[in-house]
Amino acid sequence: MNDSVHEKLKILADAAKFDVSCSSSGSSRANQAGGIGNAVACGICHSFTEDGRCVSLLKVLMTNHCIYDCAYCINRRSNDRPRATLTVQELTDLTIGFYRRNYIEGLFLSSGVIRNPDYTMERMVLVAKKLRLEERYNGYIHLKAIPGASRDLIREAGIFADRLSVNIEIPTNSELKRLAPEKDHQEIFSPMGFISNSIAENKENRRKLHRVPAFVPAGQSTQLIVGASPESDRQILQLASGLYDVQKLKRVYYSGYQPVNEYDKRLPVLQSAPLVRENRLYQSDWLMRFYKYKADEILPPDEPFLDLEIDPKLAWALRNLHLFPVDVNHADYEMILRIPGVGVQSAQRIIAARKFSNLNYGHLTKIGVVMKRARYFMVNTDLRIPVSGMLPDTLRRQILLADKNKKATQPDTQLKLFSFPEVLPRALPESSVGYKKTGVV
Amino acid sequence: MILLYDHTYEGFLSVVFECYRRKITPFRILPETHYQEALFVRKEFIPTNPEHAERVWNGLTARLTPATRHVPLSAFLSGEPDIEMALYRFMRLAFMAEQPIGDNFADPDVLQVRKSSRRVMQEAMRMVQFARFQLTRDNIYFAPVSPAYDVLPLIMQHFRDRFADQHWLVYDLKRDYGYYFNTAEVEEVSLSQKVFNIADGSVRNDMLEEGEAVYQTMWNDYCRSITIRERLNLRLQKQHMPRRYWKFLPEKSGKNTKYES
Repeated sequence: MNDSVHEKLKILADAAKFDVSCSSSGSSRANQAGGIGNAVACGICHSFTEDGRCVSLLKVLMTNHCIYDCAYCINRRSNDRPRATLTVQELTDLTIGFYRRNYIEGLFLSSGVIRNPDYTMERMVLVAKKLRLEERYNGYIHLKAIPGASRDLIREAGIFADRLSVNIEIPTNSELKRLAPEKDHQEIFSPMGFISNSIAENKENRRKLHRVPAFVPAGQSTQLIVGASPESDRQILQLASGLYDVQKLKRVYYSGYQPVNEYDKRLPVLQSAPLVRENRLYQSDWLMRFYKYKADEILPPDEPFLDLEIDPKLAWALRNLHLFPVDVNHADYEMILRIPGVGVQSAQRIIAARKFSNLNYGHLTKIGVVMKRARYFMVNTDLRIPVSGMLPDTLRRQILLADKNKKATQPDTQLKLFSFPEVLPRALPESSVGYKKTGVV
Repeated sequence: MILLYDHTYEGFLSVVFECYRRKITPFRILPETHYQEALFVRKEFIPTNPEHAERVWNGLTARLTPATRHVPLSAFLSGEPDIEMALYRFMRLAFMAEQPIGDNFADPDVLQVRKSSRRVMQEAMRMVQFARFQLTRDNIYFAPVSPAYDVLPLIMQHFRDRFADQHWLVYDLKRDYGYYFNTAEVEEVSLSQKVFNIADGSVRNDMLEEGEAVYQTMWNDYCRSITIRERLNLRLQKQHMPRRYWKFLPEKSGKNTKYES
């Protein structure tokens, strides 16, 4: 390891920072005798950066040279930036060195496109291959599938990697064409479809035959840039919902557009990334994946955008007040999960605990239900008659007011008295909506 | 009646066994080191009996669901004051009830035990996340830690599976013991002579392997490079990665970790 690797790492990590995917979950590759590493199904975060994001993988570009000129990308060829390329050997050494020190769960390798897609993909596959076969490394590997690369290469990548991803970036084809004339959706969806078919096929084969190596055991993911183009939240959620249902994706990531190429007149003028919107999209995504909400329930056809003031679960409840109050001692799991203020864990605990006795207000508080919010939407043994009977708008105002009162007493707001606002970064006032903290209660 | 034991899990299980055998309900159960003389109270030390402990352990395991079997041990490792009595009542309930009671969150004892257990499991997870190994001259990967609870026994299997081909030592500075792995088996060690700082586990530079410092610097710089400066959120960072772990993290303890503003 020498200085040049060190410099290259800085450049290529910086160039990879807008790719938000970081999860290392979904794979449980065991350690092969005498090898190094294993993958843990739940994923592990090994550090957190100062923007509050989890660091689980060594997320780095193989190169930030690129033949494309996409308006939204910091590495577009017309940008004057320091460029670097890491060799296969250097990437392998870095991954193993970091892994052995327990800094990372594995490698997330992406790349700008050099020469042509096949040439780029081939070199990326070489890294994964070397790690698996020569270093006998069983940790996590996430590779970006380069659109336009041959199927043979993608198949080979899928054998060595735990996860593959193809980034859609811009949600509609027409907008993608406008911002990145050299790309189109067809080129992106084709490898994605190929990967999801191969995964399904591989699962089938593994059921029937022994000793078939797993293909992309942690599934595939993608990323959408939010705010660089004028699509509505409804369009984005419909697209994501289709990706989950049809392409069987494991994750869709939403990346609030960080203004990088301000000179490009095709891009909107933004003060900063739309963090709240991004957070609401993640919450909606959570609702679709873990709470079984349909995209249409989160945003009905007549509402193009998510409410920025209240979370999507509360918004749904306020639109559907006729389904409440829910009786926590008798209702089924799905309905309990839909009470604002009840998360997945609380819902499971309610189901488990009510077998022993009826639950009252005190029990629910101790279980972890946010009663301040939930009490409007449920009945239990103490609270026979719900507080509601109010109109949706009144209820909404009341809940918002209670939230506001709480914020006013939070220490971080008070500390502002003693700090200097002019040196505070722009994003800080919104710090209470950490953008990777996606749980909804 | 106050029952005293030797502060091991086996010792505690032996106490529970004694209570059943003699049909008594203790007023308190305490590690003998925590006992303070008091008037008008009868006390007795119950010696550890592995056979008795085994019987209680087996009986208890049979009465808990697979998902809650780790709960009594992890709750006990919390070492919180009065966790013994809560656990004792938890066990009584488990032995009495017709169905497994581990999920009865409406019961105050079950809730307390589950919460303690959760805190301990979380601390164990944090060790898995934030333990950092440094390569020493004699080719041992050394990770100093100081967890809030005694969680090392819970996570040895993880490191053993993961770093199966390297020599490593994970050392609990607070409790002054650790585990050493020689690529074949894990053994418990307590070092009488220490070549590292017992406060923060730092090792003298000349004891470290040559490339070690470079890796630490590269990791530090890597973490800074992938930060999106426009979106700083230090509060969120601290929430996920509390301050008390920072002294062991190369990306946090080193110099140059702050951005020039």
